[in-house]
Amino acid sequence: MKELLNRLKEKFSNVILEIQEKDYPTIICKRNGFLDFMEYLRNGEGFKYLIDLTGVDYLNYPQKNFEERFEVVYHLYNLDNKILLRIKVRISENDNWQYSVTYLWKTANWFERECYDMFGINFKGHPNLKRILMPDDWEGHPLRKDYPLYLEEEQEWINYKEFIQKIKTS
Amino acid sequence: MARYLEINKKQTKEETWEEPFYLNMGPQHPSTHGVLRLFLELEGETIVNCDPIIGYLHRGVEKLSENLNYNQTIVLSDRLDYIASAANNTVFALAFEKLIGLEVPRRAKLLRTIVCEMARICNHLLWLATHALDIGAMTVFLYCFRDREWLLNIYEKICGARLTHSYVRVGGVRQDFTKEIIEELYRFTEEFPSRIYDYETLIDVNRIWLRRTKGIAVVPAEQAINLGLTGPVLRGSGVPYDVRKFRPYDAYGEVDFIVPTGKNGDTYDRYRVRMEELRQSNRIIRQCLDKLPETEGEPVLAENAPDLLIPEKVKEPKPQPVPKKGVIFRGVDRPIVPSGEAFASIESPKGELAVYVVSSGSNKPWRLRIRTPSFVHISAIPYMAKNHMIADLIAIIGTLDIVLGDSDR
Repeated sequence: MKELLNRLKEKFSNVILEIQEKDYPTIICKRNGFLDFMEYLRNGEGFKYLIDLTGVDYLNYPQKNFEERFEVVYHLYNLDNKILLRIKVRISENDNWQYSVTYLWKTANWFERECYDMFGINFKGHPNLKRILMPDDWEGHPLRKDYPLYLEEEQEWINYKEFIQKIKTS
Repeated sequence: MARYLEINKKQTKEETWEEPFYLNMGPQHPSTHGVLRLFLELEGETIVNCDPIIGYLHRGVEKLSENLNYNQTIVLSDRLDYIASAANNTVFALAFEKLIGLEVPRRAKLLRTIVCEMARICNHLLWLATHALDIGAMTVFLYCFRDREWLLNIYEKICGARLTHSYVRVGGVRQDFTKEIIEELYRFTEEFPSRIYDYETLIDVNRIWLRRTKGIAVVPAEQAINLGLTGPVLRGSGVPYDVRKFRPYDAYGEVDFIVPTGKNGDTYDRYRVRMEELRQSNRIIRQCLDKLPETEGEPVLAENAPDLLIPEKVKEPKPQPVPKKGVIFRGVDRPIVPSGEAFASIESPKGELAVYVVSSGSNKPWRLRIRTPSFVHISAIPYMAKNHMIADLIAIIGTLDIVLGDSDR
């Protein structure tokens, strides 16, 4: 495990910002050169299986020690050596896009769509980036911290309103 | 004659197959196992393109759990995969225990393993029943539901609920098994292998079953890993990846079982893998039951497990009052959840179920991410259904073993 981390640190010293020892080794990288790094992990180190891809919104997080608002978290797994790696990329609010890894792992396709749906992070190079769980005409991104759990006034979904009106007029 | 057919074929292609035919399958379709909508592009009866549309059962569990405390989220987890809810409870509990740093007593680990494997049997029985019913074998359905009923009755004795049992808690389980339950489980494990044999005699060499499943939706191993398939679907392709073996949790490190794998990666192999898993689950339950007397009298909930209502802040330690009779008192220094993150995954009956939790130090998770197997498996339908008939699509949905509550969250 340590050998791997050292090797990665040497090879990608300009991409890797920090390596943390948590429940699983966590690598925090820059967005520039991220795709090369992921490509090397998949093809060179045998991380063939992408367990999970998700976003986290760190708006007003109490113990925050970085500037950017979002984090995109990848969990990669090596089936031969049984190593689990966590990779994080930090994304600021004004510049919220990230490279898509769909061409490396097909699993990433829907994960990225969900991340876009829930956090509004745009994935560059994604073949079909549209909402997946919420309706297509939904406004806002529900899992952002500034998206309220309850609205102050009860509101009806616009489609539903129109539908009711249609029935009444016809 | 042959020439005539050739010309005729050409003509039909030019005249009628110019425009693709679009068809909506679902959301209300009995064979899609819930509210799954498949937008199909057809050429005759062959599927050219398939676009699954989900989200009809989206309840926002991830957003809701950001506003509930850790123990309350476990109740929500029941509603994800409602066929095997014990597995969902366990992965939530494992993630939170990792975050808090709790050590679970051995007896609780054994009980959890038993409950999880019961969930696996329940799930696979329901899968076999509906899969066979979709393909056209009605009898299996009735037999499977009879045995599932037996397990559900045992669940009812364990925790009072049949489907949504929040039996697994942060730090252990809710209550111990009674003697009656253990006896009942012994009887079940004794009887069950012969029941599996019964199902196999019904469909294993059934000619219709073979023609509907052999060579359908073949996924090569490399492709399966790339698509993120897990569980029996991946093992049917010959990859022996099983979280129970690769990253053992609970009591799986101390029990002996085999991870069955297939060869061809078709629907029939996945069926064989699941049938073998039923036997292995039965074995695991038996081994855990045999180990239970060793831990007789141990607590089933960790001593420093958080109360059901985790307080917002820990009060300053003050001299401990004498606890009144009948009042459960767990001391003043409750473990507050430290800030940080944890990732836990288990082998749920459907595949790898993972939870990634970020904590900010309060009693509620800052972010709770649930990676569900059904979500990933549905995303693989377009790859698997290509160039198959519509009738095969039913078999594909069945073989993937999806639950829409699990995928939409």
